[in-house]
Amino acid sequence: MAKFTKRSSGETPAISTASLPDIVFMLLFFFMVVTVLRDDNLMVRNTLPKADQVEKLKKDRSVYIYAGRPSDRYVEQYGTEGKIQIGDKFTDISNLKFALTEARARLLPELQDRIMIALKVDEETNTGLVTDIKQELRELNMLKIIYVTSPGNVLDYQ
Amino acid sequence: MAIRSAPEVNAGSMADIAFLLLIFFLVTTTIEKDSGIARQLPPLEEVENPPKIRERNLLIVSVNRNDELMVNDQLMELKDLRQAAIDFLDNGGAPANTADYCDYCQGRRDRESSDNPDKAVISVQNDRLTSYKMYIAVQNELVAAYYHLRNRESQRLYGWNYTDMYNALEEGQYQGNETLLKERLETIQKMYPMKLSEAEPRRSGQ
Repeated sequence: MAKFTKRSSGETPAISTASLPDIVFMLLFFFMVVTVLRDDNLMVRNTLPKADQVEKLKKDRSVYIYAGRPSDRYVEQYGTEGKIQIGDKFTDISNLKFALTEARARLLPELQDRIMIALKVDEETNTGLVTDIKQELRELNMLKIIYVTSPGNVLDYQ
Repeated sequence: MAIRSAPEVNAGSMADIAFLLLIFFLVTTTIEKDSGIARQLPPLEEVENPPKIRERNLLIVSVNRNDELMVNDQLMELKDLRQAAIDFLDNGGAPANTADYCDYCQGRRDRESSDNPDKAVISVQNDRLTSYKMYIAVQNELVAAYYHLRNRESQRLYGWNYTDMYNALEEGQYQGNETLLKERLETIQKMYPMKLSEAEPRRSGQ
């Protein structure tokens, strides 16, 4: 009969950390993959309002319009009135048409007729500004808009 | 010459390096918001002789500069708006045996409220100083009322939710007969057409 010798060193063996780099790398790759680098540098405050009756945005045919009061570092220069931002710069309401026509020209030709305007507007903004934008959009005949929102419902927090 | 074996590279700091990168990506990640309430703006050309809408077919939702809500001249809380809109749309007040009779409505059939969903119009009136948060909340509730009714009818007729199928079709995830689905979605849309109009906002104090 074989004898089983019991190793009787009282210490618990150290946990092997050899697989730690693998785990961390896995997490790293996950975050690298899901990260989308912003193509626009936000110059306005942008806390989006909550809504739950939403549709998915079609990114390939969307043009973003940001609106809200300028972020803190731009307040001195631009004041606290609501401002419109397209691309990387502030745009005046009278200049909106030009900026949007330019943005449309940058889309794929077959999608230019089906352009969608994604409005990313800060929840503190006055509706008047949004109405002005919508009036300009109607004059440009860009009628499909989407109010980008964050998931949730205002009523849940009351 | 003696053959020396190359010393093994110390991989002990690999975890640290990976952690550093991981933390960098964790901090810089912003998960992009990519959904919202889609709306179609009315075209600009002026309509000649705009159709007359009877008062009973109109639900006037107005929001003032203090974000207070008024529905048909009565103050209302935001949480009651959805039910109020559903009741209004689903009323079906036109009497039986008339052309306007709505046979699928389940409302109270009040003669003082809307005739049928096709005639019912919800008109939203904002102040220019209404906050955008409130504006979206109101739009959300009204759209929810339409979706609720459309879901109910699609459940009854076809056994699926209108919103689920609509989104599946939009995202290209629907497997099956797309033409048939589109037809059915249109049938549901015709039963409860989304007639949400927006009036020119008032200047504050008017």
